[in-house]
Amino acid sequence: MAKVIVYPPTSMILSDLVERMGHKALVVPQAVRNLVTANEIDSPPLNVTPEEPKKGLRYAAVDVPSGVRGRMSLIGPIIEEAEAAIIVGDPGWLTGCAGCSRTNELVRLLIRTKGIPVLDLSYPTNDPEARAFVQKIKTFLEGLK
Amino acid sequence: MLVTKYVITSSESNILPSDIAMKIYGSKYDVTVKETCFGVVINGEEDAINALIKEIRALDPAGIFIKDRGFPPGDPRRCRGRRGGGARPGFYMIEAESKMLPMITRAMASEGEVLAIAEKKKPLAIKRLEEIIHEDLS
Repeated sequence: MAKVIVYPPTSMILSDLVERMGHKALVVPQAVRNLVTANEIDSPPLNVTPEEPKKGLRYAAVDVPSGVRGRMSLIGPIIEEAEAAIIVGDPGWLTGCAGCSRTNELVRLLIRTKGIPVLDLSYPTNDPEARAFVQKIKTFLEGLK
Repeated sequence: MLVTKYVITSSESNILPSDIAMKIYGSKYDVTVKETCFGVVINGEEDAINALIKEIRALDPAGIFIKDRGFPPGDPRRCRGRRGGGARPGFYMIEAESKMLPMITRAMASEGEVLAIAEKKKPLAIKRLEEIIHEDLS
């Protein structure tokens, strides 16, 4: 079972396909869960403390907006944990924690420079593309240990 | 550890969110379930949720999709009833991907040969552009 990071990091389709194939999908909601359901909420309501942007400094410089660093404090540790990645081109409707274009550029860069197997895809727009989409993901995941 | 998952049905699936909710009510697992328009939200211990997901998937293996959620169901920080209405931020992602679910469902259900898709046109490579310029100027 490999740990596979998916991009967009909140994608239902990708995380579901990864889990179906017997691997572990690394997604942002897991990181959010650890933060918002912690026993000690230091900074209500979302428990994002000044420590989070500091954690993000590991991935982005201090002059980078705190929003990028805050997001990277969640996504960065996931990238470090990843053993493979599936990247689907920016569909243009990302929202919430995946809604920052600069963070997304950084996330894609960090995944690609990590040296792990990466599968690049686009979201399907018709049935033949969907069949190829599913087949490519299946083949890629079967090739992982 | 308590985990929360979305169970989302494809619009072409014969399974309704209420069917999934009834399946969960009738199960032996101690989980919280919240029915929504696109599926259900379930919350419980990780082992129970994982076992339950296998049973739920069996209702329609290609038409039911599972997604992780950070916040527990009905959490006042996300629940629109407490925030004065409006969809929560993550709904737009689910809404956009839900439109593709019928295609993905059909793709997973079909066992036929996968047709080769013609590659999309790529922009002209810089080297080729330079060659064209040099050819024209020389």
